[in-house]
Amino acid sequence: MATTEIRITGFGGQGVILLGYIIGKAASIFSDQHATLTQSFGPEARGSACSAQVLVSDSRVLYPYVTAPQLMLAMSHDGYATHKDSMIEECTVVYEEDLVKPFDHGPKAKTYGIPATRFAEELGHKIVLNIVMLGFFGAVTGLIPHDALRQAVETSVPGGTEELNLKAFDKGFEYGMELKEKGEVKV
Amino acid sequence: MKADPNRVLTGSHYLDGNHACAEGAIAAGCTFFGGYPITPSTEIAERVSRRFPKVGGVFIQMEDELASMAAILGASSGGAKTMSCTSGPGFSLMMENFGLGIMLETPCVLVNVQRGGPSTGLPTLPGQADMMQARWGSHGDYEVIALAPDSPQESFELTIHAFNLSEKYRMPVLIMTDECVGHMTEKVVIPPADQIELVERKYTKKKPGEAWPYDPDDDGISPLLPVGKGYKFHITGLTHDERGYPVITAKAHEWNVKRLMDKVNDHVDDIIWLEEQDVDGAEVVVMAYGISSRVMQPAISRARKEGIKVGQIKMVTVWPFPEKRVRELAAKVKSLVMVEMNLGQVFLEMDRCAAGKCRTHLVGHFGGTVHKPDEIYDAIKEAVK
Repeated sequence: MATTEIRITGFGGQGVILLGYIIGKAASIFSDQHATLTQSFGPEARGSACSAQVLVSDSRVLYPYVTAPQLMLAMSHDGYATHKDSMIEECTVVYEEDLVKPFDHGPKAKTYGIPATRFAEELGHKIVLNIVMLGFFGAVTGLIPHDALRQAVETSVPGGTEELNLKAFDKGFEYGMELKEKGEVKV
Repeated sequence: MKADPNRVLTGSHYLDGNHACAEGAIAAGCTFFGGYPITPSTEIAERVSRRFPKVGGVFIQMEDELASMAAILGASSGGAKTMSCTSGPGFSLMMENFGLGIMLETPCVLVNVQRGGPSTGLPTLPGQADMMQARWGSHGDYEVIALAPDSPQESFELTIHAFNLSEKYRMPVLIMTDECVGHMTEKVVIPPADQIELVERKYTKKKPGEAWPYDPDDDGISPLLPVGKGYKFHITGLTHDERGYPVITAKAHEWNVKRLMDKVNDHVDDIIWLEEQDVDGAEVVVMAYGISSRVMQPAISRARKEGIKVGQIKMVTVWPFPEKRVRELAAKVKSLVMVEMNLGQVFLEMDRCAAGKCRTHLVGHFGGTVHKPDEIYDAIKEAVK
């Protein structure tokens, strides 16, 4: 049973939970995988740091919380700093490079940065930064098929915003693929 | 009777347990919901309030939990299938009228998305410490039916099952879920309406003037009387006779309470739902319900890989307790283990039924988070010694 534990962190309002929801939905509804999403619900979930946990597996997820996460999507430095020590040595950190300054995770870790907020602003609204991150995550990790992620975006975002969100997804994905072609992504 | 296709969201969805529970209620034909918001149950009420205007139904946010429970009893007496949801503190407030529902024999479903207690405790974190309150929380002698889902999929399915049991046995039925299941999002497959079997409310076949509200059939269940059709439908929380009129005598009380007990106890084989695995030949059998029955799986698999003969019983129904099965097993196994997110509640029933014939172990937990598989594994190692 191969299970990938993913931690997503950011500020409240950045769309941390929606990002987790779309990853889980892409895996379990549009791809032949299993996925659970859990999220922080306490006072900590309001305003400041916000966190979601997604477990993606090829069989039923029995324990729905991260114990030794392999993957982190970080959209705020505070959230990143809070959770970075729980990551395994061979972890992958996908981060918003204007908001997060990654520490040295050691030689076995992979870290991939993207100026997702700037890209989102260029597309018309910084609110889609989470979807730029999603596309980037899809490209650099290859964990969930591109089409499944894209379908999950289309069916999860508010009605009328599909086009903007799909553009955001494509932008993040293309940026991830470019990095890959330049050999800056080891996968 | 099949479900109404207009009320069933057939397809694959990515839903949390609370949303799935709401969809289960709607598919089951629930048309009245009275509730008061409380974390971590509120998403059930929110979804119902958004969906009822589209599919038909009345949603009322009541002034408190006492009124919520009263409202679903009243609406059910009026002919609707009804539900409310709450969590620990609200559950406490509902206990008086829950007992009224037991005494009136009113079909309805009450969902408790359990959080950590006592008192306001841990509003946003899981617990399973209301299990004995579910069993004994109201005063007097009575039996209850309580179900415990381990996933959003089961939250959907067991909500329908709860409505069916409540109609079949003419009584309130409890769904004892928890914050983890309620807020966990996962794939939920909702089948076509023609694959969802619903139990229709049993109404009297007698004419107005000849029928009484507490006139049991051979199965011990009294058919209900339709309101507004000329029947005299008098109900009271006082001890009553078959007419529903108060009769304050020891004899009437025995007749009244015995029926409340018997209608569950005489049908335990129909009501009790256990999912057993590798129990034959096991030295240790681990029992659990709800989310605990899910997180125990990795520990059991690990122990089995190491050659330990360990079986498991997932209790889909917690109440009525599977006394007969536990007595049988206690005579065969070395140890029985109960995994629950409290400090020993359903464990006490298991221990009572084991009656010293085997060892019993509790893997308790204060709540706030689910068990770590290692805690359960360690208990299995101890239990097999």
